[in-house]
Amino acid sequence: MNILVILIPASLILGALGLLAFLWSLRANQYDDLEGDAWRILSEDEPPTDD
Amino acid sequence: MTDAAICPACVGLPEAPLKQAAAAGTDQIVLSLPGIHCVACINGVERALTGLAGVASARVNLSMKRVTVGIDGPTTPEALIDTLELAGFEARVLDTSLLDAGSDSYGKGLLTRVAISGFAMMNVMLLSVAVWSGAAGATQHLFHIISASIAIPAVIYAGQPFFQNAWRALTVRKLNMDVPISLAIILAAAMSLYETFVGGAQVYFDAAVSLTFFLLIGRYLDHRSRKAAASAAAQLAALEVPRVMRLTDGNRQMVDFGDLAVGDLIQVLPGGRIPVDGQVVDGSSQIDRSLLTGESKPVHATAGAHVTAGEVNMTGPLTIRASTVGGDTTLRKMVTMVDQAEAVRNRYTAIADRAAAIYAPVVHLLALIAFIVWLMMSGDPRLSLNIAVATLIITCPCALGLAVPAVSTTAAGRLFRAGLLVKDGTALERLAEVDTVVFDKTGTLTMPAASRDMLNAEEQAIALALTQDATHPVSQAIAASLDGVIPAALTDQQEHPGKGLSARYGDLQVRLGSGAWLGKGQGTYLQIGDRAPQKITLHADLRDGAKALVTAWQGLGLQVHLISGDDTAETQAVADRLGIGTWQASTRPEDKVAYVKALGAAGRHVLMVGDGLNDTGALAAAHASVSPATAADASRAASDIVLLNDGLTPLIELPLVARKARRLVGQNFAISALYNAVAIPIALSGFATPLLAAIAMSTSSITVLLNALRLRGRV
Repeated sequence: MNILVILIPASLILGALGLLAFLWSLRANQYDDLEGDAWRILSEDEPPTDD
Repeated sequence: MTDAAICPACVGLPEAPLKQAAAAGTDQIVLSLPGIHCVACINGVERALTGLAGVASARVNLSMKRVTVGIDGPTTPEALIDTLELAGFEARVLDTSLLDAGSDSYGKGLLTRVAISGFAMMNVMLLSVAVWSGAAGATQHLFHIISASIAIPAVIYAGQPFFQNAWRALTVRKLNMDVPISLAIILAAAMSLYETFVGGAQVYFDAAVSLTFFLLIGRYLDHRSRKAAASAAAQLAALEVPRVMRLTDGNRQMVDFGDLAVGDLIQVLPGGRIPVDGQVVDGSSQIDRSLLTGESKPVHATAGAHVTAGEVNMTGPLTIRASTVGGDTTLRKMVTMVDQAEAVRNRYTAIADRAAAIYAPVVHLLALIAFIVWLMMSGDPRLSLNIAVATLIITCPCALGLAVPAVSTTAAGRLFRAGLLVKDGTALERLAEVDTVVFDKTGTLTMPAASRDMLNAEEQAIALALTQDATHPVSQAIAASLDGVIPAALTDQQEHPGKGLSARYGDLQVRLGSGAWLGKGQGTYLQIGDRAPQKITLHADLRDGAKALVTAWQGLGLQVHLISGDDTAETQAVADRLGIGTWQASTRPEDKVAYVKALGAAGRHVLMVGDGLNDTGALAAAHASVSPATAADASRAASDIVLLNDGLTPLIELPLVARKARRLVGQNFAISALYNAVAIPIALSGFATPLLAAIAMSTSSITVLLNALRLRGRV
């Protein structure tokens, strides 16, 4: 059962990484304009405000 | 999140704040862009705006159909709009104070809590599975301690929306849905913590966090549809910021509507809406009074004529002396009438609130009875409390909390894709009850049109050439009916206000205009040279899909009525063509309100479909209401659902979707009740285990969510 000492922290850390990634994307306003951003990546000429 | 792809989603999402402070400029202007739909529009709008002096940045939000402009120099919203209109994009100012602009911090907070409780739930569940599979002794104890250290902070943080709401309700001595929820979460966590310390076998940490997680999802969906509804309402209400052109000593000056005083001279250009009640002192023009009276024929106005706020000036500039301003104008009075009617409608109680009112006391009573009975039977407070908590958890309001928001989000998403904007949260519930439909005629079921059959090819070509650039509605109707004709070459075109149009065709004089002008009776005539004037018949053409809509709704068992401000002959003709048996002509705005109210008093649930200011009172008085996007601002503000397309076809499925939504909500409540009916006896008799609670909670929540998704299919 000693393996638990490694496995439990490992699973917690992996889960926390996913959580942090989601929170970061939320804070970075990535869910604000789902439709617009989906179109923007298809646009060839860079919109002037994007730097 | 199963619903991430649903679209009012996009509408409800927080608005993109601009690039951070430095680049954003010192101030922001938000413009609504009702017409944008693709990547070319995004680039076009942003490029047009960033080229302007005073504009620091421009960022289009396609989901919300608006652009946020950062300002770092002197510029006005009007200048931005002009630029966009020149570039081919329709734009309007949005009043940022109404929009509750900026970031949607409450929604983001909810999403963060969903994520944290989701993380906690998965990890605690993992540990719980080990315990359920037989971990015992020291291992079980260790797992309980780890679960506690994950679950307790997660519940304290993520459960706050429920705790705050429950506390707010309790301080005013009321019970809402959040009271049993908070009680279940807090008791489950506290009791499990105690059991962990004394080394007990059963802990409910997983139940506490998954309860929080599922309920937060419901809360977020609910917030999202509310936000979408509020944003749609603000967008429609804030369409026009009234600015008026005032004449002072011959100088023209733009002032705010509120700054006008009685006796001011105001100039209204062709195409403009008259802002005040007053008398024409100079100029002559045709006036479209249809918004106020429903009468589709324009009226001629010259010096001395009285005009009313809300009418549209069609052909020539008018100078008007204001006799009433601000809140006293006819237009404002109509808006007040609408507000009064809406206050009545707001007494409608949503299904969810009615369910909560029954649910909360029943659950508390059950748990209390369980505690008292077990205490008397066993004399063991710890065991009795265990059973009471198990009862609270297992009567899980999860499914109940998800039942309504999941369905209404799916329904609003489906309708949005069909081109219908749902503005009010309870609109669908009310629509499902509708059994009578009252249609307005002009502008809703019909559009003015001219018939071309009476003209020969030469006359058609001349008529089109005369009318194609004119602003008068009759001219526009004639031009529209001559689609496909090649216009004749005319010179010296002139517009004669109140009479018609004239031009030279070769060496002949051609005139198109009122019968009186051309020496004939009523109607519109075309005269070439000295030939006898040829009558052009005007009739009201049915809007796209009008016939199909009326037939389909009649097929659904709805009783269809038609009311109009037009005369009897015209109204009867339209009613006959559409197969509507019940109609009323020459109806004034207050009669329309009375008509709708009388139906309501007779026990009917009325759906009003209309577009004019004259329908506004009736729209607000009806049980539910729909207006097309071409409607007057006040009408759109008064209705529950706005039709964004020109055709009426998308409306056909509206009652079907509403009825199916209500059916699904009913089914969802039934599903939750069924789970409870099975689980409550188990819990009361003391056989509930954490495993059973977890299974009941998850399966009921997931069944309810999946059931709601059925609304995306055939109705």
